[in-house]
Amino acid sequence: MAQDPGKMKAYWKKNLKTLFFLLLVWFVVSFGFGILLVEELNTIRLGGYKLGFWFAQQGSIYAFVVLIFIYVYRMNKLDKEFDVDEE
Amino acid sequence: MEILTWTYLLVGLSFALYIGIAIWSRAGSTKEFYVAGGGVSPLANGMATAADWMSAASFISMAGIISFAGYDGSVYLMGWTGGYVLLALLLAPYLRKFGKFTVPDFVGDRYYSKTAKVVAVICALFISFTYVAGQMRGVGIVFSRYLEVPIEWGVVIGMCIVFFYAVLGGMKGITYTQVAQYCVLIFAYMVPAIFVSMQLTGNPIPQLGLGGAVADGTPLLDKLDGVLTELGFAAYTSGRKSITDMFMITLALMVGTAGLPHVIVRFFTVPRVKDARLSAGYALVFIAILYTTAPAIAAFGIFNTIESTSEKNISELPAWVSTWQKTNLISVDDKNGDGKVQYVADSDANELSIDRDIMVLASPEIAELPNWVVGLVAAGAMAAALSTAAGLLLVISTSVSRDLFKTFRPEISEKKELRIARIAAAGAVVLAGYFGVNPPGFVAQVVAFAFGLAAASFFPVIIMGIFSSRINKEGAIAGMLSGLIFTLAYIIYFKFISPEFNTSDHWWFGVSPEGIGSIGMLINFVVCVLVSRVTPAPPQDVQDMIQEIRIPRGAGKAVDH
Repeated sequence: MAQDPGKMKAYWKKNLKTLFFLLLVWFVVSFGFGILLVEELNTIRLGGYKLGFWFAQQGSIYAFVVLIFIYVYRMNKLDKEFDVDEE
Repeated sequence: MEILTWTYLLVGLSFALYIGIAIWSRAGSTKEFYVAGGGVSPLANGMATAADWMSAASFISMAGIISFAGYDGSVYLMGWTGGYVLLALLLAPYLRKFGKFTVPDFVGDRYYSKTAKVVAVICALFISFTYVAGQMRGVGIVFSRYLEVPIEWGVVIGMCIVFFYAVLGGMKGITYTQVAQYCVLIFAYMVPAIFVSMQLTGNPIPQLGLGGAVADGTPLLDKLDGVLTELGFAAYTSGRKSITDMFMITLALMVGTAGLPHVIVRFFTVPRVKDARLSAGYALVFIAILYTTAPAIAAFGIFNTIESTSEKNISELPAWVSTWQKTNLISVDDKNGDGKVQYVADSDANELSIDRDIMVLASPEIAELPNWVVGLVAAGAMAAALSTAAGLLLVISTSVSRDLFKTFRPEISEKKELRIARIAAAGAVVLAGYFGVNPPGFVAQVVAFAFGLAAASFFPVIIMGIFSSRINKEGAIAGMLSGLIFTLAYIIYFKFISPEFNTSDHWWFGVSPEGIGSIGMLINFVVCVLVSRVTPAPPQDVQDMIQEIRIPRGAGKAVDH
């Protein structure tokens, strides 16, 4: 595949930036809200839930699903932008 | 109709469906056998991955564990779903672009070394075997309870079914059977949950019902906290495990999920890189439906159990108690002889013991749901156990025929390779069945550690293989071995050599054996980087390959060497 190495470097850099941002959110909603800050968040209520408990048992899972779809959308756009997408 | 009649009917119908699909989609070539011809749609692949992933442990045991662990049970919920984010972002697209059939294939090519490949095969076989033995036991237990046959016969019946479609159909047969199995298992899981949620909270959606209020207007979770603390237990929504341990166990489960060979291999079956990304998303959606329902079933289950048994006269206990007493999964012992059941935290005074595995299986009976629901749950539990067992058998057979045989005997014909794969699958079924009938005491314990081992062995070398072009074979081999040996040693020491020391006082940095895979993973990373630094860089063609897999275009179909 004859691709311009400079362009590919830029593509990879943007890819890594996307990954970094998404994994940061991944870490914050699960390890952050669900474990490290659970006591503090439990003082806040979300209907019948304590917020920290909700993140640990349900909220983080919803966030994971959303994260993957943002990734899919963002990467498809990036692939097109750099002309490395598949037909 | 009776429970038993409904069970035979629903289990029978679902099995007929699976076998029908297996015959319809029989594999004719090695490519169809290993990766289903590479033409599966992302949606179907997502469903198949979900069924493959959700085992008897997810279906039967997880809600039960959460019932009794409360907040601490969150490690499984977050750990087993959060791993999919890692899979989708860090592994699936690149491994798909790489385009071979197995994880050891990747390790072998990326690290240009047969030794690295063989180490990877050993890891894959070990992980898959510990896992599959647990599944066969699960099948046996479900059969024995619902079909009223001995556990041994249950295992044998399960073996025959798995043998039939895994050996005949290969990946192609398995993929479409698993799609059907997903539908059966999710329907079976949701129906009782919806009924119970309606009964308790008036909300038909269990995910919301968990945050709902019971008849007297107090939120269910607050009520549960109150009842449990009154009986001397810890509150449902607060943790007993240390923060460090929660953190480490969750991390080990997440990383382990992303390193499990039977899950990774599923992403080789879709046509394009973008389909690999998307199908990881679909897989998590299908998994999340069950995983967000599980905490609701858990809370409803423990609430209903306490309400219907605690402080009740033994002669007036509901019928499900005596049904499950027959299987020894529930026992009542009136220690103080007052004719009432005391369910309390103090083990000397407690008179009711409940095996956590019955929380899902017994939930329809506890909530007094119609008989057909009970039969449906049986069919769902079977689907969960069989689909995972089949996926694992495929990894075992592929590892033997392809990663071992073909590496050392590259000249064998495709026909012969396919025959070896089928013989290996057959051998694995028999061996798994043997362990299902004669479970070594450690099987149940070891299943959880399969994750720790996957985390400590595979994950770092695959990640480094993609994201660093400097890591070489010396680094990879040293990393895998050090991570694996450290993790194994820690687990074996605390679980088998000195179980009396298995308390938080003796653990290193307060990390339990369940969470030690996280440390093993860090060791693997560090050793991998350090050793690579002092040894020569990988050859140019390998560095070119790394650049190549980072770009989606030109994935083509998964190809043979």
